[in-house]
Amino acid sequence: MSVRKYLVILSMMFFGASGDALLARGMKQAGAIDIHHILNVFAVLSSPYILLGIVSLLIFMGSYMTALSFADLSYVMPATAISYVLMTLLSIFWLHERVGAERWSGIVFIVTGVGLVAGGPWRTGDPPESGAGLDAAEERR
Amino acid sequence: MKVLYTWLCIGITVCAATAGDVLVALAMRRIGDLGELRRRRGFVPMLLRVLKSGVLFAGIFFMAIAFFSNLVGLSWADLSLMGPASAALTYISNALAAKLLLKEDVNRRRWLATIFVFCGVLILSHT
Repeated sequence: MSVRKYLVILSMMFFGASGDALLARGMKQAGAIDIHHILNVFAVLSSPYILLGIVSLLIFMGSYMTALSFADLSYVMPATAISYVLMTLLSIFWLHERVGAERWSGIVFIVTGVGLVAGGPWRTGDPPESGAGLDAAEERR
Repeated sequence: MKVLYTWLCIGITVCAATAGDVLVALAMRRIGDLGELRRRRGFVPMLLRVLKSGVLFAGIFFMAIAFFSNLVGLSWADLSLMGPASAALTYISNALAAKLLLKEDVNRRRWLATIFVFCGVLILSHT
């Protein structure tokens, strides 16, 4: 895989993690949403943490879509789990939290899973029905 | 009753997230490698091709449903159940959907990877 493709995957991991962290913090500040007043969910959109989280998740979405344009869903999906590892590492080195054996075992599980999928092919199944594949065919004609 | 609501929220989140991921993956597979498209046609035609995909917007619609049901669930449901269950189950349902609907070759290695990630996410989001 080219450097550009690795960068797309890395950007997906980074912005996925920061988006989740910012949203979690924003929702903690906003408090509980009553099931009977479900539309109040839109009120949390005024929180800067929620807004920054949404911007991060939009960049994540762009990277995720780009990754899916050249790799399988079953290849890209496990890679998104690295955001959990990044969040845990962030809490160790930035927030100086103590991380117990249970959380370390979670990190080992995820890293092993991502390592396993990364070692295999990134695209399987049928070739694309249109798009770049068709462009190449058109040019050959 | 709260447990029922929590599982309802988990069910909606997992189903909507999986539908969203499958539809977006299908749309992007049909559109083709965006990097290659940009090199051949330029940025604007590539963007137009992406924006013309109805399947992509259907996927984003389902992702939005998953996002808001997760947001609502996380704010009132049992956090120790809602967070880990909806996050971890989506990896399993996505692998199943990738095999059955997208006809991807989800071999033993990818299943093993998905199960490792499922366990890891379950542990990390529970602790």
